[in-house]
Amino acid sequence: MLDKLLMNYELAFAVILFGVGLCTLLFHRNMIKKIIGLNIMDTGLYLLLASMGYVEGAKAPIIEDLTNIGEVADYINPVPSALVLTGIVVSVSVTAISLSLAVRLFKKYHSLDLDEIYAIARRQEKEVF
Amino acid sequence: MDFVRNFPLFSVALCLMSAVLCSVLGAKPAKWLTLSVQAVNCCLSASVAAFCLCTGESYLYPMGFIGAPWGNELRGGVLEGLIGSSAALVLCMSVLGGVRFIKRDILPAKQNLYFLLINLVGAAVTSLIYTNDVFTGYVFLEILTLSSCGILMIRDIGRTTLAATRYLILNLMGSGLFLLGLILSYDITGHLLMQSMAGSFDLLEQSGEHAIVASVAVGLICVGLGIKSGLYPFHFWMQDTYGSATPSSAAVLSGVVSKGYIFLLIKIMCRVIGIGSPLLEGARFILLVLGILGIVMGSVGAMRQSSVNRMIALSSAAQIGYIYVGIGLGTELSLAAAILQLIAHMLTKPLLFLAAARLTEVSSGSPVFKALQGSGRRDPFAGAMFSAGAFSMMGIPAFAGFSAKLYFCVAAVEYQDLAARWAVLLALAVSTVLNTYYFIRTAIRIWSPIGPAAEKPPRHELAFVAASTVLVALNLVIGLWSGQISRVISAGIEMLS
Repeated sequence: MLDKLLMNYELAFAVILFGVGLCTLLFHRNMIKKIIGLNIMDTGLYLLLASMGYVEGAKAPIIEDLTNIGEVADYINPVPSALVLTGIVVSVSVTAISLSLAVRLFKKYHSLDLDEIYAIARRQEKEVF
Repeated sequence: MDFVRNFPLFSVALCLMSAVLCSVLGAKPAKWLTLSVQAVNCCLSASVAAFCLCTGESYLYPMGFIGAPWGNELRGGVLEGLIGSSAALVLCMSVLGGVRFIKRDILPAKQNLYFLLINLVGAAVTSLIYTNDVFTGYVFLEILTLSSCGILMIRDIGRTTLAATRYLILNLMGSGLFLLGLILSYDITGHLLMQSMAGSFDLLEQSGEHAIVASVAVGLICVGLGIKSGLYPFHFWMQDTYGSATPSSAAVLSGVVSKGYIFLLIKIMCRVIGIGSPLLEGARFILLVLGILGIVMGSVGAMRQSSVNRMIALSSAAQIGYIYVGIGLGTELSLAAAILQLIAHMLTKPLLFLAAARLTEVSSGSPVFKALQGSGRRDPFAGAMFSAGAFSMMGIPAFAGFSAKLYFCVAAVEYQDLAARWAVLLALAVSTVLNTYYFIRTAIRIWSPIGPAAEKPPRHELAFVAASTVLVALNLVIGLWSGQISRVISAGIEMLS
């Protein structure tokens, strides 16, 4: 069991990162910490993806000299790298939207603690109805 | 004839181009552009469905110059065309019927941005429906999450911002789990295109290799998409989200967005893993149990609400539970029932949200049941539309909701496992009774005699009348010709598998 874990240490580390991020996203009350958790979760996923395409001793699949292409095994798998890049773009957009929500929440409720914000919102709702 | 094959690409491209144009147009031209593009989209997708029905086969559409297995692909089929055209039509009607509320709730300077976001929702849903590449599915899943969060938070009030935050957090959790499932699947199959992945999953199933990883991956994909679509117990964001959004946004979110996620799940289950595959057994069982719980608990939750918006929102949890029961049973008949329910719910929920908004408007702006007393008499057309939607939700014959429930009953009766059969039938019975209770209670309240303070009936806008009439008419068409429609759906499921 332990030797398998050591063999796949990237996978184990990525899953731990994902778990830490997911728990922070779900259970932390502070909006900014939730956003940090989201980024940790995404980083875990990208690490997992990048480690899949990595080949020990191989190089990036960029061919500079057409007369000396070499073997397929000389290059890493480019698909996961492309997926990671796409994922990072998605992640940045999600972070931007989340931060804009955090700014709006702070402007309206003067707090970033979601429990506190819910309490204020409930109080305001009771006053209206 | 083969020109039709390009239509899925045209649908996505049209929405994206329209979104770009909306950013520089004024609110009025942006509105008309959005409505026209969605109407054209509906026709394009209907043509794809008709084309595949006539030729009797689906087709793959390679994007760019790089073919499979490296390039990206779209896939046209009967189901894709049918769901695509329904989604575009409902998107169009939701915006048209709620134009007045868009003007009321959104700052004039931001109204063109609202239509931009609607176009992005259209592009993302269309892509989710037509894609043949799971990673493209993930990217558009996130675009759909962000754009739907946008149409929610554009109504700049505190409660909506809070609802958008909760919606975003839950959706991001779902996206993360879905992506993890996708990465694990890619790790063991080495592919991202659906048919190539399906081939690898077949080989893995035969050899028994990576069985645990495959089951975990499949489970994560199902749970991720379940969370995003509001499957019980991850439905608690619905009441805040649908209750505080502008009515058009609530209609779009409940009618179109959640269905995009569910259709992607059905597509992955049928095309990639195989609905009868042993790898799916565990996931199907969990979806069945959660679906049954969702049907009952969603109805109980809706019954306990004190405002009409929240009641309609929570009844969505029950209606989505039906769809997951159909997926969980995993037979051809139950899948057809699930798709029929998906379309029925797509047509009914926006109608209810739009009509409820009108009724609220003539009740001093309060959605609380007490205030709604007699609102149907103050606005008879909105009252009639709300009642029609309620009849469909209850399962009154001639409405789409009835046909879907009937097919679920038949699918459950024909199911082999006795415990599952009775559990589904019992849940259907309990939910029908509860649905009838809370919708009839609301209908009685809105039609009950008003006191002396009767308000002057509002002027009927053509947009709302047209949109709600189209939604009711389609509801009746599906209810009355459910036999023919279910045959089309069955043909689509056969092509999908």
